[in-house]
Amino acid sequence: MAFFVVYGLVKRVKVFDVFLKGAKEGLKTVYIIAPTLIGLITAVTMLRESGTTELIASWVSPLAEKLGFPEEIVPLALLRPVSGGGSTALLLGIYEDFGPDSFTGRIVSVMAGATETTFYAIAVYFGSVGIKKTRHTLLAGLSADFTAVVFSVLTVRLFSPA
Amino acid sequence: MMNYVWVGMIVVSVVVGICRGDYSALAGSVMNGAAQAVELLVSVLGIICFWSGIMEIAKESGLNDKLAKIFSPVLRLLFRNIPRDSEAMKYMSLNISANLLGLGNAATPFGIAAMQELKKLSDKGETASDSMVLFVVMNTASLQLIPTTLAAYRSTYGSKSPFDILPAVWVTSTAALVVGLTVAKLLCLKGKNPVEKHKREGDFLWSS
Repeated sequence: MAFFVVYGLVKRVKVFDVFLKGAKEGLKTVYIIAPTLIGLITAVTMLRESGTTELIASWVSPLAEKLGFPEEIVPLALLRPVSGGGSTALLLGIYEDFGPDSFTGRIVSVMAGATETTFYAIAVYFGSVGIKKTRHTLLAGLSADFTAVVFSVLTVRLFSPA
Repeated sequence: MMNYVWVGMIVVSVVVGICRGDYSALAGSVMNGAAQAVELLVSVLGIICFWSGIMEIAKESGLNDKLAKIFSPVLRLLFRNIPRDSEAMKYMSLNISANLLGLGNAATPFGIAAMQELKKLSDKGETASDSMVLFVVMNTASLQLIPTTLAAYRSTYGSKSPFDILPAVWVTSTAALVVGLTVAKLLCLKGKNPVEKHKREGDFLWSS
């Protein structure tokens, strides 16, 4: 960050004036994305606190276990694309219960490190430019997330078997 | 698409909540959710404003053009119809560099600026162009060289080697990125065939 500012100064840019101009644009951006985020995050919270996420996790867990995936990772895999805060809480919960260096702990670490909150990214980026029809972005984003779940188990098995 | 997902999330939550008989949790979740969203907005407000200011400095000082040169060979392959020297390319390069360095907070304003430029190049109004879809998918699969936040969490909880998961993270996020981009590319092609199919179908399921 210091590099940006000093580089600007060296190039004789009126750094602070230019900074203020940009920051004002940033303020506008946040104003534009606010309604999208409020709508989406409220729906996600409803999903989580109504017990829907748990319910779906309890259906998926037996299947996951058959495939050799620890069932503890299922809630995180489901929540990761929709809620950044929620999935961080789950991640830390797993560290607490199993330890970050356990098999499960390493899988969830890889999963968390290799994915983004897909819904948040879609809401912010499309919301900021007023795009309503996002076409197949969600499908592509979720297939990336699914790939990350499968690969997190495979790579941990491969690189650092317990 | 988002219309159906959003309604689906709300309806399913209400139905599950009613079935479990937990009305107060359901009512509380609406309040909590809205409050959490505002908390998040307030916490990103400062960061987005700050980095938007820094971004403006990078633009005025010509740093954007330099960074763009580094990533343009890769970006040109993915975004064939975006002009090489366009502002869109420059902001996309900045967004990728910030993501790779693990500066997620800085990446967002760059990404938003890139989206605004991509919109100028698009003639589709409120419908996302192929390039926008690709770019957002690229951002949903986070490619990061060193996930610093994650390593910090790991060491907080007593990990002996917080960074030993790195190779696994790299392979996993690369695989996710490749799959995401492939799906996006394939569906873009499908959408164009025969005559801008998604336009005729309008707001219909995955094509919308």
